[in-house]
Amino acid sequence: MWMTVEVNGHIYEREVAEHWTLLRFLREDLELTGTKDGCSAGECGACTVMLNGEAVNACMVLAVEADGATVATIEAEAVDGELSEIQAAFARNYAVQCGYCTGGMVMSVRELLRRNPKPTIDEIKEGIEGNLCRCTGYQQIIEAVLDVSGQLTTETKGELRYV
Amino acid sequence: MSEATISAATHIGENVPRADDSVKLTGGAVYTSDMVLPGMLYAQVKKSPHARARIVAVNTSKAESLPGVHAVLTGKELDYRIGLYVVDKPVLAKDFVRHFGEAVAAVAAESLDIASRAVEMIDVEYEVLPPVLDQLEALEEDAPRVNPDLGSYEYVQAAFSPQPGTNVPNVTRIRKGDVAAGFAEADWIVEREYTNPSVQHVPLETHVAIVEWKAGDEVTIWTSAQSPFTVRDLFCHAFKLAHNKVRVVIPHVGGGFGGKAGVHLEPLLACLSRKAHGRPVKLQATREEEFSLLPCRSALTYRIKTGVRSDGRITAQQLTMYWDAGAYADYAVNVTRASAYSAAGPYDIPNAWVDAYTIYTNKPWGTAYRGFGHVEFFWGLERHMELVAEVIGMDPLQFRKKNLLRPGSTTITGERINEHTGNPLKCLEAAAKAINYGTLTAEERERQARTGRRIGKGIATLHKAPAMPSFTSTAAIIKMNSDGSVIINVALTEIGQGTATVVAQMAADRLRFPMGRVKVAVERDTDKDPFDWQTVASKGLLLTGNAVLAACDDLLQRAYADAAQVLRAQPADLDHDAERIFVKQRPEESLTFASLSIGYAYPNGNGVGGPLIGLGRYTAQGLTTLDKETGQGLPALDWTYGAHGVITEVDPATGEYKVIKIASAFDVGRVINPGTLRGQCVGGMIQGLGTAQCEGYLYDDQGHLLNPSLTDNKILTSMDLPEQIECIAVETPQLDGPFGARGVGEHPMISVAPAMANAIHDATGADLTHMPVRFEDVWRAIHNKKPIDTWVTRAPAGDDTGAGSD
Repeated sequence: MWMTVEVNGHIYEREVAEHWTLLRFLREDLELTGTKDGCSAGECGACTVMLNGEAVNACMVLAVEADGATVATIEAEAVDGELSEIQAAFARNYAVQCGYCTGGMVMSVRELLRRNPKPTIDEIKEGIEGNLCRCTGYQQIIEAVLDVSGQLTTETKGELRYV
Repeated sequence: MSEATISAATHIGENVPRADDSVKLTGGAVYTSDMVLPGMLYAQVKKSPHARARIVAVNTSKAESLPGVHAVLTGKELDYRIGLYVVDKPVLAKDFVRHFGEAVAAVAAESLDIASRAVEMIDVEYEVLPPVLDQLEALEEDAPRVNPDLGSYEYVQAAFSPQPGTNVPNVTRIRKGDVAAGFAEADWIVEREYTNPSVQHVPLETHVAIVEWKAGDEVTIWTSAQSPFTVRDLFCHAFKLAHNKVRVVIPHVGGGFGGKAGVHLEPLLACLSRKAHGRPVKLQATREEEFSLLPCRSALTYRIKTGVRSDGRITAQQLTMYWDAGAYADYAVNVTRASAYSAAGPYDIPNAWVDAYTIYTNKPWGTAYRGFGHVEFFWGLERHMELVAEVIGMDPLQFRKKNLLRPGSTTITGERINEHTGNPLKCLEAAAKAINYGTLTAEERERQARTGRRIGKGIATLHKAPAMPSFTSTAAIIKMNSDGSVIINVALTEIGQGTATVVAQMAADRLRFPMGRVKVAVERDTDKDPFDWQTVASKGLLLTGNAVLAACDDLLQRAYADAAQVLRAQPADLDHDAERIFVKQRPEESLTFASLSIGYAYPNGNGVGGPLIGLGRYTAQGLTTLDKETGQGLPALDWTYGAHGVITEVDPATGEYKVIKIASAFDVGRVINPGTLRGQCVGGMIQGLGTAQCEGYLYDDQGHLLNPSLTDNKILTSMDLPEQIECIAVETPQLDGPFGARGVGEHPMISVAPAMANAIHDATGADLTHMPVRFEDVWRAIHNKKPIDTWVTRAPAGDDTGAGSD
């Protein structure tokens, strides 16, 4: 069916197959490949995007459900090549390794901070629970969120210890 | 370059930001899974629903006539075998299927949807045969032979010993000292068996490749793989193509963990492309396919028999490993070999006897997985150390310390340990101290009283050396641009571990350049990059690091030679800073690197010199193959030692437990980048906790895999993290390591499971011999009334275990 959707500030009008997910639409039709497919089953969170301002797994939403909606993906997070505060905190805290979960992870953190600008460590863990990361062990991502929410202290900042 | 000026370390040990974080954080990093090529077709695979069956007939006619289908393949058309060490795996199953999920036929079509429909239209008729699923049963005389032609397969004869007519593609033996005499000398003999299942790597990007095979045998492969030259060389071996006909390109890789070390989807896609007149063909495994179309970590049964004196000194170890290779040998034979020569852990064992078997079964095949066997066998070994300490009535920390390797010790392959090898004692003491081992703090006692849960503490040691050919080599090329910046080409792949960043740090340090002037090329390309064996084994930092330093020196030597000519000086009279090469005595006589970078031009237009390029090579030094009968030799590029301390909290009524703290120490030689090192440590420790707590393949009795999804095969989420995670660096410089550094990519995952189980044991007495340790396993172990001395076969007279002396 025909649909109209605003993605990252651009209006797209497209014919889209009814069985296509929003994830396939973003990646294959709009060629926005920053949103990743890790499981196609809503388990891994690599495809997290903002749909009308709320984080969703794009593999769990049909593309046609986004007809008339506003979508934001990881490609819109940095402005004019400048990393957003969340992205810069990820970089400072070594919260990136292979990078495949990173886009979805940043989207989930944006959602978390939108709801709760100063989350506790437990709330951060809950906020990114739906995003699997096999590389980092999550700890440095949690520290990045503490950092961007102004809560990184010598107590919460994990450092390599030398003996 | 004078020696004095080389020592000024400016980038080593610094928290240099990752080179790839901006592009990965903005969605701009292109992975193979993101790529679309002109004319590209999409592949899908028909998979076996049976663990073992004869293929009676495959009917592809309906699929072939579906509009949009460009190629259909079955095993009958493909007479190729693939194998790293034992060449045993067909591209598509032929005549027989050997595991659930094995590829039987494949299709390339204009869209994924058409390809999926076409695969559904392929009819396969099977005669189902009884599978052999347990590796110990597969050793029995009358067990079905998974690969009856084992005796005819090519294999690497220097390292492996297949047993034709059996299910055993390799046996590795290690013999040190006189075990019979060692056991005779022992006051106690404790013998037990430890087990663990197969596990999935779960890279977030599943395996994916695009291959085009054009006329004239011009093949290009884009793939999410760890080792470009291994993909190329195995591919060429299978298809009898010259290496210069096949180009392998590796863009960003979404995680590997060993699962992308070898060659996987590429041969099948190549055959489809050839049949589809050279159009590129892409296949990305679904998450479900990742579990059984692609390989896993091998299951292990580890039998350990230890002789020990009453003073705690181990006199003999008899160690028997039964590795479940699954249907094909792949890396499992080398996991077997590497585990065998490491089998005793970082302990001084005077008399050792190791028999390690790789065994075929009708299950998805095992491959490399972070730790390369060590996660699996250390589960048994470090549980066993705990058990032995308990049996002889000694504190487990003291027992371990008494037996640790120290300068002057020899390993079980006869390698002499010295003060530069690394310090396992310091690691163990640091980990134990970080959890206040052996005591509960006031806070912990209060917590125990408040919650009714029991707090326990456990420790475990680990070691690992890279498992690689004794002559493993690598090279680096560094090229200067006309602005004086440099680009480094290496074939060590960045899969998240931070290679590109630490290699750039080393080069910047050696060149005395700011970080911004040094870049490591992102893509790997076998047509453009110099050789590297593989991106595996935690060997990259040492081997590639040394090659990069040599390349920097080579570039500087050329720059000095050119500058000496222009400045009318000897190279020995020169020195340099970040910008200029100058005469030491009169620094105002100088030339910028930029002015020399592509050849120097005199004012009258004459040119001298040329583009500044440096080449560096490094080959592992002094290693030997192991004697096939005794296993004696020098297999280890470097030994990285480590230890974990774990605090757990257990509900004795239900078996539920939680890890409160994990503290881990590794002797990394020299820290290059604390941020990326900590990333490797925490990531490995948490992956290790996943293996320890919940991950593993479940089969029914016919060999059907029951849990091929992230719903039924959980990996840890952020909610599963311990309350505290601590990473500790010990720095005993490796004399042949770059800046003294040694590798640590795999090590954080090793021995996490036994440290955790030892803590649960400490809290409750639960006697755990199988991992993963699920809550129900803890509950069962707590309520198992059998005493711990079941396996004590000898004890001194007068002990109270009831075992008696033999």
